[in-house]
Amino acid sequence: MSVSEAAVGETSPQNRLSEQSRSRLMNIAIPLGTAVALLLTWQLGVRLFNVPKYIAPAPTDILAVFRDEFPLLMRNFWPTFIESLAGFFIGNMAAILIAIAFVHSRLVERAFFPIAVFINTIPILAIAPILVLIFGPGMTAKVVIAALICFFPTLVNMVRGLQSVSPQALELARILSASKSEVFWKIRLPSSLPFLFSALKIAATTCVIGAIVGEWIGANVGLGALIIESTFNFRSPLLYATVFVSSGLSVFLFVSVTIAEKLIIRW
Amino acid sequence: MDGSHTQKLGSRSIAASLNGACVKFGDFTALADISLDIEPGDFWTILGPSGCGKSTMLRLVSDLVPPASGTVEIFGKTTEAARLAREFAFVFQDATLLPWRSALKNVELPLEIGRKRGITIPVGDRTPRELLELVGLKGREDALPHELSGGMRQRVAIARALVCQPKLLLMDEPFGALDEMTRDHLNLQLLDIWKETGTTILFVTHSISESVFLGQKVLMLESNPGRVKEVVDIDLPLPRKIALRDTPQFNTYCARLRELLEEC
Ligand SMILES: Nc1ncnc2c1ncn2[C@@H]1O[C@H](COP(=O)(O)OP(=O)(O)O)[C@@H](O)[C@H]1O
Ligand SMILES: [Mg+2]
Repeated sequence: MSVSEAAVGETSPQNRLSEQSRSRLMNIAIPLGTAVALLLTWQLGVRLFNVPKYIAPAPTDILAVFRDEFPLLMRNFWPTFIESLAGFFIGNMAAILIAIAFVHSRLVERAFFPIAVFINTIPILAIAPILVLIFGPGMTAKVVIAALICFFPTLVNMVRGLQSVSPQALELARILSASKSEVFWKIRLPSSLPFLFSALKIAATTCVIGAIVGEWIGANVGLGALIIESTFNFRSPLLYATVFVSSGLSVFLFVSVTIAEKLIIRW
Repeated sequence: MDGSHTQKLGSRSIAASLNGACVKFGDFTALADISLDIEPGDFWTILGPSGCGKSTMLRLVSDLVPPASGTVEIFGKTTEAARLAREFAFVFQDATLLPWRSALKNVELPLEIGRKRGITIPVGDRTPRELLELVGLKGREDALPHELSGGMRQRVAIARALVCQPKLLLMDEPFGALDEMTRDHLNLQLLDIWKETGTTILFVTHSISESVFLGQKVLMLESNPGRVKEVVDIDLPLPRKIALRDTPQFNTYCARLRELLEEC
């Protein structure tokens, strides 16, 4: 009996390893299985109750769109991709630079922070038409909207990150007679990176929303334009496919930022 | 009379000289009228009730807080001049390592700061790598701080403090957060380092036995306001071994200091 107890209590390293990989497999398998089950239910439900295609297309109908209309989807994907990416870079860059200015000068912060808060309180849907009026129907307005939507969370996080340096680290810098720029490059900026990346992960998904909202208001290409067009033409399978492409774009940007974070932040 | 005498000689041969130094935070007097001469090569430990101004005293010496009155000189220089010449180094209670830098890179930090501005940085005889070896971290050069134990991190901090070969080493409860065995080990290591480098050490602790074990002199501060209560000479032989703490002489010193501490 004691022998069998010992055998139960003890797990050899190999056992533990396989247990680990099994639990990792389960982590992937469970959500995947759920997704497949939901898709199957969807497919069966739509077919069983004879739901018209324009109200709710079956997953296979949407797959058919991906096969037949792939060039159309891609033609509209690229503009949205470029707008999102450009908005992501411009919005975050501006936020980072302004955060640096805020941290260096309380006066600048006092002058501009209330304005930043005010701009943030305007719903993006309300400001988007104004920007389209100003910048015209081209890509610029969409880039600006995408940039604007990224801006505020990154600004707030970056300011917090730059201020997250421990007082002792600053005393260490003082004892070493470090200059302001040395403190910035060697201590403040690296300390802020974890905060910056958590903001960039938010921005990775919101910049796509910004670009699409911009396209709703006035555009003839882009995923947003395609969403509007397919809605008005009752092309539901195309609408669903476009929505999937949009969320795929968000996921792609999010994963890219996450990978960059893993590579850069090792501490 | 002593004070004016050392003043005239320029007190170059005194590692740290405080003359009636006071520190105030607003209306609150943290340190009042501290006068002390610390000879080069000495190992002083500073003891006192918590909040009596031990850290403030190190911060005064290291030019982090200015004296409200009185003067502080380090090897005959102002604290600012001594700071710019890297004559002293500081070891904090928590290691204060930069978490994104490896152990080696953390030790190299003092050598990087000021280099681009053309400041002459005193470079010690030992390379950062050799210093890590000296503190017993050979082979862990590339480890990040979070991969090291608390004791190891503190040893990296000590190696970093030694990289510019400071003539005065200021340590503020550096082993206060460590377990007893690690602390004993690091105490012995610190005594070895002190002997090898010949640097002057000012070491704040809240442990009576640590203060006796390490110090040649124990500076007892009393609180409200912080002032010198007494300087106790510790006449115990060097090099010191852990077994020293079981000797009657050692325990007599401890008892005496405990008595003084209760009076504070
Ligand atoms: N920056 C500061 N501002 C105001 N009061 C301070 C400051 N630093 C220390 N003090 C006060 O000075 C006294 C001594 O503090 P400190 O030197 O840290 O004591 P300890 O002996 O425990 O190291 C304490 O009463 C503390 O509250
Ligand atoms: Mg203290």
